[in-house]
Amino acid sequence: MKKTYKIEVDCANCANKMEEAANKIAGVKKAAVNFMALKMTVEFEDGADMTEVMENILKACRKVEPDCEIEF
Amino acid sequence: MQEIIVDILLSVVIFTSLGFLFYQAKHRDFMTKKQKKMMRRILLSSFILFELQLINASLFAELDGVLFPGAGRWLRFLCYFADYIIIGHDILKKAWKGILNRQVFDENFLMAVATLGAMALAIYENGEYLESIAVMLFYQIGEWFQGYAVGKSRRNISSLMDIRPDYANIERDGALEQVDPDEVPVGSIIVVQPGEKVPIDGIIVEGTSSLNTSALTGESLPREANVGDSVISGCISMTGVLKIETTKEFGESTVSKILDLVENASSRKSKSEDFISRFAKYYTPAVCFSALALAILPPLVRILFLNVPAMWGDWIYRALTFLVISCPCALVISIPLSFFAGIGGASHEGILVKGSNYLESLSKTKYIVFDKTGTLTKGVFEVDGIHHSTMEDEKLLEYAALAESASSHPISKSIQHACGKALDRSRVSDIREISGNGVTAKVDGITVACGNGKLMDLLGIPYSDCHKTGTIVHIALNGAYAGHIVISDVIKPHAKEAIRSLKSAGADKTVMLTGDSKKVADQVAAELQIDCVYSELLPADKVEKVEALLGEKPARAVLAFVGDGINDAPVLSRADIGIAMGAMGSDAAIEAADIVLMDDDPLKIAKAIKISRKCLRIVYQNIFFALVVKFACLLLGAVGIANMYLAIFADVGVMVLAVLNAIRCLFVKKL
Repeated sequence: MKKTYKIEVDCANCANKMEEAANKIAGVKKAAVNFMALKMTVEFEDGADMTEVMENILKACRKVEPDCEIEF
Repeated sequence: MQEIIVDILLSVVIFTSLGFLFYQAKHRDFMTKKQKKMMRRILLSSFILFELQLINASLFAELDGVLFPGAGRWLRFLCYFADYIIIGHDILKKAWKGILNRQVFDENFLMAVATLGAMALAIYENGEYLESIAVMLFYQIGEWFQGYAVGKSRRNISSLMDIRPDYANIERDGALEQVDPDEVPVGSIIVVQPGEKVPIDGIIVEGTSSLNTSALTGESLPREANVGDSVISGCISMTGVLKIETTKEFGESTVSKILDLVENASSRKSKSEDFISRFAKYYTPAVCFSALALAILPPLVRILFLNVPAMWGDWIYRALTFLVISCPCALVISIPLSFFAGIGGASHEGILVKGSNYLESLSKTKYIVFDKTGTLTKGVFEVDGIHHSTMEDEKLLEYAALAESASSHPISKSIQHACGKALDRSRVSDIREISGNGVTAKVDGITVACGNGKLMDLLGIPYSDCHKTGTIVHIALNGAYAGHIVISDVIKPHAKEAIRSLKSAGADKTVMLTGDSKKVADQVAAELQIDCVYSELLPADKVEKVEALLGEKPARAVLAFVGDGINDAPVLSRADIGIAMGAMGSDAAIEAADIVLMDDDPLKIAKAIKISRKCLRIVYQNIFFALVVKFACLLLGAVGIANMYLAIFADVGVMVLAVLNAIRCLFVKKL
């Protein structure tokens, strides 16, 4: 299951760090942050609860940049 | 001297930010809310800083007599500190959160430590607070500009690709109704009025118009469309009202596919981008530890071994300067921006690149392999002559056309076209297609074999060759030779120029593959000055040939295969880069290729290579420029020549220049 979300991130380096952080979250098969298009693509593992995973991703991203927003 | 420069800079900042804010009042979408708020903070804090500069320290010192000793000094500090908080509070907060979240080494942390450090030194010496605040101020201005430039180019690029239709018109009870294109089922009739975009792929059922396809192909000449023609979404109908029966859902339509492709393009990272993110990961901590070492080691050495005063303040100041310079932002931001702009500019020219990685390898293209039909030649064959026929020419043509009636191969199409009659398919049965050779079928009970010399050999029928160059279709009726049809393909008008400009764009070797006969292939190759030709290939042979070429080429050279997307998907995916041409409406080509040319002009191949080269040149310029300036400033900072103003230039200035340079990638029209 692959989904794309809108993400608000201010700096390119932070986007890289968020990608790294999101890839470490349980339930995420592969995550990619596209800084230029302001999009985050997440491929979930089978049977993962998407809302829960996304909440964890947002938490991890907020650690990188406190005012980060993801629409999900 | 330095203070005068800073004063001038401050007044410039005050006036420009005032100007921006006034402009914003009139043009609402000039800045985002966040940017507006930041601009106000920049204005306020630079104004206060400017005022504070007018009151010098001795004026504050007079307060000592009135209040208590040291009062002036502390009041002065408080005034400056308040200003510092106005401009820098968010950075401090972010840095603190970063520490709490164990994400210590980010730019906020660097800036917070550097400015607070400079502030502490100033308190200690009752000296210059200006520096610490000015550094923070200029850093914020740089950040603002970066945010603005990125946002602006993001919007520019998206508007370049503004082909998304907002609605579809559906006629209900005689009145037009606008509906979301997503909700239109396949087979509905939609109405497109002059000036509107075709929202969904379909076939014209009523009306004629000329279509502007420039948003899709970069081609400015409109094309005529009549009843029965299929139209693809994204074109603009210019003259007439069209009624279109949709053949696809919106999500499957060309326009959605293209948008999807371009929007996701920058997710596939190029090697340069990977290099930079890996670099940034090691670079920031490395700089932080070197700064720490710079602050501690030299003074210790001075005390312990050289017996001279430690000069802690001096070395700490150098370490702080070091930190300001070190921020990797210029690199990290400018490289994806360059690729994004390059992909955006290319798509405006009708060249869709599926990822930054492809744009990067395209610039190293040395071998270009063409499939002849549909790329160098029009693929529109015309019947040139009918020879040796044992019956009337028209009769022979009709048999051939009927036998080939089920095939969509361009050669079959041209025979059917030349026949000119409506073909009654019920007369045909037992059609067998023999890949690469031809077809056999029963027409009115007669066995018709229709194909090249190999087919005749296969069937054991003697045939006579032709003195003309072209594709020869031999025909045998009931096992007896009945004559042949000569068909020739037309070379595209720009093909020769395209090969020449590819050579000048750095291609070392051009190769042509074709299933056509050697005679035809050699003639075309000679006319176009192609280096190497392989003819009479079956589709599977093409893969083999490409593999052989892949093995033969030098390791760093890239092999690109150009095909028309029909029947050559395996080759497209086997080559280093697959380029599909004339993709208007061909889904298979969009799927299989890495780079898609929306129209079928071979000149676009050279253009794509030139765009990729320009983009990569800009990327390398940025990497080189940013690294050289940074390392030079780091060195100067370490030996104590660079002060914090130079440091802030090294950070913000380089970033701004790199972003401006990256935006040049957008301008590819004249390449």
